[in-house]
Amino acid sequence: MRIALFVTCVNDLVFPRTGQAVVRILERLGHRVEFPMEQSCCGQMHANSGYRAEALPLVRRFVNTFAPYDAVVAPSGSCVAMVRESYPRLAASDAELAAAVDAVAPRTYELSELLVDVLGVTDVGAVFPHRVTYHPTCHGLRMLRLGDRPQRLLRAVRGLDLVELPGGDECCGFGGTFAMKNADVSAAMLADKCAAVCGTGARYVAAADNSCLAHIGGGLSRGGTGVRALHYAEILAGMQVLEAEQALDSEQILDGTEEAA
Amino acid sequence: MTGTGNIVARLPFPTAARHELADGQLRANLRRATHTIRDKRLRVVGEVPDWEALREAGAAIKDDVLARLPELLEQFETAATAAGATVHWARNAEEACAVVTGLVQATGVTEVVKVKSMATQEIGLNESLAAAGIAAVETDLAELIVQLADDTPSHILVPAIHYNRSQIRDIFARRMPGVDVAGLTDEPAALAEAARRHLRAKFLSAKVAISGANFAVAETGTLTVVESEGNGRMCLTLPETLISVVGIEKLVPTLRDLEVFLQLLPRSSTGERMNPYTSLWTGVTPGDGPQTVHIVLLDNGRTDTLADPVGRQALRCIRCSACLNVCPVYERVGGHAYGSVYPGPIGAILSPQMTGPDGGANRTLPYASTLCGACFDACPVRINIPEVLVHLRQSGVDAGRGRPSTERAAMGAISWVMRDRRRYAAALRAARRGSAPLRLATGWRAADRRGMVRRLPWPLSAWTASRDAPLPPAQTFREWWAAHEEVVQ
Repeated sequence: MRIALFVTCVNDLVFPRTGQAVVRILERLGHRVEFPMEQSCCGQMHANSGYRAEALPLVRRFVNTFAPYDAVVAPSGSCVAMVRESYPRLAASDAELAAAVDAVAPRTYELSELLVDVLGVTDVGAVFPHRVTYHPTCHGLRMLRLGDRPQRLLRAVRGLDLVELPGGDECCGFGGTFAMKNADVSAAMLADKCAAVCGTGARYVAAADNSCLAHIGGGLSRGGTGVRALHYAEILAGMQVLEAEQALDSEQILDGTEEAA
Repeated sequence: MTGTGNIVARLPFPTAARHELADGQLRANLRRATHTIRDKRLRVVGEVPDWEALREAGAAIKDDVLARLPELLEQFETAATAAGATVHWARNAEEACAVVTGLVQATGVTEVVKVKSMATQEIGLNESLAAAGIAAVETDLAELIVQLADDTPSHILVPAIHYNRSQIRDIFARRMPGVDVAGLTDEPAALAEAARRHLRAKFLSAKVAISGANFAVAETGTLTVVESEGNGRMCLTLPETLISVVGIEKLVPTLRDLEVFLQLLPRSSTGERMNPYTSLWTGVTPGDGPQTVHIVLLDNGRTDTLADPVGRQALRCIRCSACLNVCPVYERVGGHAYGSVYPGPIGAILSPQMTGPDGGANRTLPYASTLCGACFDACPVRINIPEVLVHLRQSGVDAGRGRPSTERAAMGAISWVMRDRRRYAAALRAARRGSAPLRLATGWRAADRRGMVRRLPWPLSAWTASRDAPLPPAQTFREWWAAHEEVVQ
């Protein structure tokens, strides 16, 4: 099976470790992952902000880039939801594009779907000896209907103590351009989400979307909570995160500026 | 014709929201109330095995109505007229108010009782009647609270949701005529008793009642009001004259169709299996109930909304308010921030469509959402609110093409960059490199060891006002991939 990684533009630039984690997980499970360099952005920001004309070239680009593969995997619930749920609507007026979307969109998976549904795996052999809470992001929850797939993967991680996030199904307040256009409401929603996360006593809050995590993690960091936001793929990658953790812990000791976790 | 009346936001949503967010008491009241109704709804919806099939049926019946609205409206008019009612047609709020005011004036009374109704709130009927010297007494408990407080409703079902019981006690003590101030506590039973005494006198003396309707049955000319308190039943049966203002989308084809909606509505709105009072009336019944019955069919922007193939699904709405109760934005800001009498997610798609593209601050309403989708899941008639929100954003963007816009220029530039591999890779490199001086510019100490920065320049300052921002690490993913893996061309 030819598996292509769609890393997403945000991860490519700001969270490359999440992409690296997906590669490590799949390679550890014995799969070869390909990364077509022609990929860029799914166009979610354009489409959700009403810029259909600007989004369409990116739709076209995505389906052309990923047409040759049996499966496309992305570590982002909202980008996969964009491809599967919004592409058919955006492409509806162009029969050729609509056919190309029909071919690629159903084979585009969020990481937990690929692992659990396609590859039939829940234990990816990871170790992460920390208390973690999981925020099921809106598009993963209500558009992709990921259900408890990510949590099942996390529960199989050795040493990981998964605690439920109260009000987990409530939006964190990110919402793409909403965070900027309605900054005050977004901040109010964020404050409640951060309080819920801190109430769990978890050291990490995990999710399937780094955009939501940048928002939640930014709030947790601003509040000096010591709780960190982490893409669940990086937890499933196991060793890489442990190494990074050790590096950070030693920095903390040297630097003395980190809050106690 | 575009809609008028109390469906226009006076302030842009972000401005109005900021004002409401500053009220801590409001947020606490809203949180408690919305979560209570939310949980009740989940319980009673969960016990219906064919809930999804009911939602599909509700949507299908309403879509059928919208597809043949002119025919069904004429059928309704014919049936209602044959049953002794007089049917009037109003194109907008002003016409509807003029018709109703004229009808009340013809009876010679100076006070009318009112059944809770969104349509009459929408057209601003109380204000219009007051201008003609006619007092309209709201008889729904929550509407009465809002009216006594000289306030406006902030929720479709629970207009006084922004008040807690001690605030309501104070409103009654200050504003309810003849109330026993010394004996009035903030116990729900005491407050209900005070309202009951106040309203009972009104019911017994009223000659004219004004209502809306939850459903209008085309085949029989029957109107339906669904309520909890029984005050509506009082208004619908005791007075001599009954005037009902009914939005044209309230139609259902047959009486049998009510079976679906009378299951969907109470479970979605109050979280009850069945509402306590369901009143149905068909024109005039000689010797029983109001002997003069008027029905005002109201367009007020609904026909314009119907013309939009994507947006028209908003007209399926049965005003249950489930979408308000699950909306994380509504929960923080309340109904007043939306300006219109239709707040929350449904208001964000209904108000701008009813007023049309020149609806002033209504243009900001489609952006008052994170597109989290909780509203779509809760909607008993499956209105895909996120889809319509995006559609309305798109209409706004397309209408603005040809005028200069910073946002459009930025969106266009980003799309242009993303379309080409070399441009995209170069932009990633530039962004990564650009972030290094950014750290210095904002103060090295401001960025912590994990690359989080506390302050960014405008326009990214909107982000860092309340959250730290991550900065790009030393290597993009594609740089890492090129260095470590085989490149797939």
